[in-house]
This record gives sequence, structure tokens and C-alpha cells, in this order.
Amino acid sequence: MGALHIVVCIKQVPDSAQIRVHPIYNTIMRQGVPTIINPYDLFALEAALQLRDQFGGAVTVLTMGPPMAEESLRKALAFGADRAVLLTDRAFAGSDTLATTFALASAVSKIGETWGTPDIVFCGKQTIDGDTAQVGPGIASRLELNQLTYVAKISKLDLEAGAIEVERRAEGGTQLLSTKLPALVTMLEGSNEMRRGSLACALAAAQAEITVWNAAAAGIEDLLNCGLKGSPTIVKKVFAPGAHTVRAQQIELQDRNADDIARDLLDQIFIRQPQVEADLMRMASGQ
Amino acid sequence: MASAQQPNDKFDVIVIGAGPSGNAAAYVLARGGLRVLQLERGEYPGSKNVQGAILYANALEQIIPDFRDDAPLERHVIEQRIWMLDDKSYVGMNYRSEDFNEERPNRYTIIRAPFDKWFSRKVRDAGATIVCETTVTELIRTEAGRVIGVRTDRDGAVVLADMVIMAEGVNGLVGQRSGLRPELKPDSVALAVKEMHFLPRETIDARFNLKGAEGVVIEAMGTVTDGMVGTAFLYTNQESISVGIGCLVSDFKTGTAAPYELLHRFKTHPAIAPLLEGAEVKEYAAHLIPEGGYNSIPQLYGDGWLIVGDAGQFVNAVHREGSNMAMTSGRLAAELVIKLHRMREPFSSENLAEYHTMLKNSFVMKDLKKYKGIPGFLHSSSKHVFGTYPRLLSQAAQTWFRVDGADKREKERQIVSMMRKDRSFSGLISDAFKLVRAWR
Repeated sequence: MGALHIVVCIKQVPDSAQIRVHPIYNTIMRQGVPTIINPYDLFALEAALQLRDQFGGAVTVLTMGPPMAEESLRKALAFGADRAVLLTDRAFAGSDTLATTFALASAVSKIGETWGTPDIVFCGKQTIDGDTAQVGPGIASRLELNQLTYVAKISKLDLEAGAIEVERRAEGGTQLLSTKLPALVTMLEGSNEMRRGSLACALAAAQAEITVWNAAAAGIEDLLNCGLKGSPTIVKKVFAPGAHTVRAQQIELQDRNADDIARDLLDQIFIRQPQVEADLMRMASGQ
Repeated sequence: MASAQQPNDKFDVIVIGAGPSGNAAAYVLARGGLRVLQLERGEYPGSKNVQGAILYANALEQIIPDFRDDAPLERHVIEQRIWMLDDKSYVGMNYRSEDFNEERPNRYTIIRAPFDKWFSRKVRDAGATIVCETTVTELIRTEAGRVIGVRTDRDGAVVLADMVIMAEGVNGLVGQRSGLRPELKPDSVALAVKEMHFLPRETIDARFNLKGAEGVVIEAMGTVTDGMVGTAFLYTNQESISVGIGCLVSDFKTGTAAPYELLHRFKTHPAIAPLLEGAEVKEYAAHLIPEGGYNSIPQLYGDGWLIVGDAGQFVNAVHREGSNMAMTSGRLAAELVIKLHRMREPFSSENLAEYHTMLKNSFVMKDLKKYKGIPGFLHSSSKHVFGTYPRLLSQAAQTWFRVDGADKREKERQIVSMMRKDRSFSGLISDAFKLVRAWR
């Protein structure tokens, strides 16, 4: 096996902490809302950079999105990634996770042809705008990579043996998993802390040529698998949840006997659920 | 360490800061074919920038003549209202003219977040290298004192250039740390706070009697600042209203009210509250404004360095102009640097002195010089200018307009005696004299 090659998939998302809903039209105001790299992806990127620093090799960052997603790639380069690929094409617009994984998997293959087959593909656990957590596993499935999801820590990487060992957070505890390379890893939040890129990296990032691929350049011939056409998911409606007008109520406990407290509590329940009261009364009267 | 630097990373000019002056300088320099590095400490260009905000077209026009084609502008100003407030009233002067509905309007309201993004994209497209999230910690100087580069907070890494333009804003920390300029004085800097109030476009149009992209600007002063030196403003944007107030930092130190309290007082003034009614507040920002005027301008040039924008104290507090002076100073600095670069002249203090001459020949220094006595006048007479006089004016107007059976000669007598009671005749004359002298 040659030098370590890692691909990190990132996504540019609106900074959800700063999203504003238009007070009058209830639409999301994108103007002036800063975009960020999906926070989970940063843990993936840092994990990749740490492995590269330890074993040598290169980190390629990949994103699919509109031309402005280039900003996110430059940020990734400023953190220390070695090269960046922007996959952008009108044909990708409206992609659901199925179409997204098709496009990204094609691009990862193309990256492999161009700069050497990746040993590891990293993704964040999920994005903060889509929240599906399907894209990482989808890429793994399409490329037949061993997949390690919800990873909290890369505990061992053995390039000689082509093996990786990770800690995976699961319900009820931490699993220690090992598998053969090539593998796809999705990283959990809090698994590391993103570094401050060096000035040299920041300068290189600002001046770097970003590789831009459209569908054809990424080796995608069948556009039927892309964008809206390749997306069986249909968003029927977007709506803001209704305002919660019911306020929690406290019942005074101090210096009161249990009967009074119970009666108060039942009163409050019956006010809100008259049917419950009616049913109980019926039962009590033996009907 | 300097060793981290790649050989191709030596720049002709480093511009510190991505505000209006830094962007103007970097844009002109890059268009002039120089290798420009712009360093910004914020997360993205504009993230640290706050303004009212009014854009004065002329200054930008001289840098980007066709800026109207794609710059994000809110409304062009067709009406200016200048109000003297007391607690319940205002005495005002409004000027509105159809002439301001010209093909190339003179003033616009803007929202800085999208505007700065646009301006920065222009700088990048012109060919400048922009690096954000990077703070310049100090200037790198030769033993002879010549500036040859900057040190950054990225592991202390150094980047070199033939010339450094400091467009670092009001605080001027780099210049200060390098001993090129004194620390800001509390009586020459104002703290301004502003809020963005969202309202439907039609509501704003109706409340301010506007159509299309027309806009109104209100500048107000008076008892709302409680005798402190300061002014308040209200600007109409397309679907929001910017409202704010600012006072000298030295006054906040001794004054009775905090900035947000003053803003609250202004917003709830009976003349202002109906204009904002029903609006939703979505943003709150604060910023320092250099208001020391001509007498507080630091040394602006030296071997290998120039100062532009707020860092040079280029703000005309009387006319509320600052960003136009920032852009103009940035442009002039860049034009001189390009000229010297083309003539293969060194960026020596003697050669860069021409920057000062260029400023002196422009409106920047001419206006600052004209009003150089104003900060001192306002400071010495603040109690009367921002308290007594607005109150007297309002009382006089009310006495004059209220029809109550008193004859007009009696009303004149009442007004004069009111004036003399609150402010001695000699005090009035002396203030008027001082103001005229400061204004000339």
C-alpha cells in the first residue's frame, strides 16, 4: 500500500445559530446569514488531518454544492487539507440522500482514479440542515467500503495490515470495532478539537486552485440518478411548528397536606381534559 | 516563525483590516496590479463591521463607478429630518426633494452584512489574497524602523511585504502596540448602539410617505442624551428600520445612563415610538466611533506604512460622515502606493508624505479642519446644547403656536424671559459666538 490517502466529505450549511425566520413571511432569510462547514464534518476533517500528520500522505476534501460552497473548501484547506474538489452542476440540484450518495460516490471514485484510491473516507455523523445521517452509509454502500458509524475515536490504524480499529458509541456503551481498509468512517461530535491552521496553510488556501468538477468531469454519465430526477424523496410541505401556548403550571407543595395537593392536581388535569373527568365520574358511579 | 513562509508569499502590500477603508485600498491596489494580502481578524470580511448605515455614493463611485449595478443597496435618501428633542416634543427641520430621485442617487441606506460581503467579493475578484480569522499582533520593522511585514496570531508566523497599510479601525491596536499612535482618549471616541427593527415594506412606505426605493433619514439630538454629547438616528431600509444612539465614552463614564437606556429612551419618545410600532427587533450591535476630529488625527505615514480610515480618525461627527472618508483615504493611499511602485520609488517616509498632501487637498482634511473646534465646543457646552436649548426651543415654539388669548407681543416677552431665566444672556451670546467660531 502506498502513502495514506484520505477523502473527507464536507457540506456547507447555513449557520443554524444565526438563521432568522422572516417575521412577516415566515420564510428563512438567507441574506446575510453566514454559512459554515457542517460542524460534524469538522470532527471528521480533524481526525483525517491527525492521521495524515502521523502517517504522512494526503487529505482530499470533497463537497457537493453550489459554486459558493468553494468558501467551505478554502476553510478546509486553511485548516490544513492538501487539496479540495468542488462537485457542482445544475443537474445535482434538488438531490435527496440517494442522489447525493450517487454523486459523491462517483466523485470519490474519480478522486481515486486521479490521486490514488483512498484508504479511508471520512464523513460527519450527519448534517445540521438535513439531519438524515444517511449520506455516509450511502457512500459506503455504493462503494462497498466497510462502514464504521458514530465513531468517537480512531484507536488504531495499521497500514501494513490494512486494518483500522475504532471506538463506536452505541446504546449501552462503547463498542471497539476493527475492520479492513478501505473503510468509511462517520465521526461523532466532541471526538477531537479542530486545530488552528498555520499561516502558511491560510495563505495557501486563499490562493489555491480548487478543482471544480461538473457531473461529466466526475465521471457521471447517467444523469437520471442525479438531482431531482434521481431523488424519490418528495418534500411535500415546509411549515413552522405552531407556537406552544400551554404553559407549565406549578402546584404549591410547601406546608400542605397530600389530599389538597392531589385535589389541586386532579383539578388542573380535569380543566384540560374534561373527558377524563367525565369517564372517571362514570366509573365511580358504577355505570 | 518566518521560516513557515513560502517563497511565493512575499507581497507588495499588506492591508490590515477588511472594513471600508481596507477594502477600498486593497481593491485599488489589486486592480493596479500589485500583489496584495488583506488580513482580517473576523471570521469573514464584515463580521466585525458596524455602521448606521448611510452610504455616500460619491466616495464609492470613485472606486467602483458602476457599483449600483450589483451592490446590495436598501433605499436612496430623498428626505432628511433634523430634530431637536425635548422629553415630549421635537422642533425640526425637514428637507425633502424630488431632485434626490435622480438617476444616480447621492445617498443610500445600506445593511452592512450583505454590503461588506459584496465589497469583499470585489476585492477578491480584483486579485487580492484575503485571509480571515488572522489577527496582526505587531509590525515587523528593521533596525532603522522601516516596516517590512507583520506578525500574526497564527503561531506567531510572519508575512513580509514592501508596504503595510493599517486599515484596522477605530481602536488602532497594531499602530498603538507599535508605538506609531497614541491610545484613544475617552473624550474623542463615541460609543454607538443600534437596533434593526423589521417591518413590512408597505408599512414603512406608509409611515414615512415613501414610494419605490425612496428612503428617509432622521438625525436627532436633545434631552434624550441627558446632557451628554451625542446624537440619535433613524434610517429606513427596505424592510427594516435602523435606529441607534451614540455618546462620547467619557460621558458614559460620568453620565447617568447606559447606552441601551438611552436607546430605549429614544425609541419610546412620543415622536419616534409610532414610527417603530409593531416592529420586531432582530439585531443589536455596538461600535466605537472616532469623534475627536482634526486635532486627534495621529501621524498617518512613515517608512513602509500608512494609516487609513477610522484608524486615522477620519470621521466628521457633525455631518455623520465616516465610511466615505474611510473609502477615500483608502483609495488615496492605494493610488500613491501604486504610483511609487510604478516609478520604482521606495516607500520611504519622504515619499509617503504625499499621502498627507492628497488628504489635505480632498474633502477629508478640508472638512475635518473646518470643524476642528466643534468637539471642544460641544464638550464645554454640552449641558446647554443637549439639554437647555432643545427644551427652550420647544417651549418657545409651544408658546408661539398655542392660541390662548395672550397677545403676540406678550408671547414674545414670555419667550425672551424664558430664555433669560434658563440661560443668562451672556451665556447665550457666548455659546453662539463659540459655535460660529467652531463652525467656520
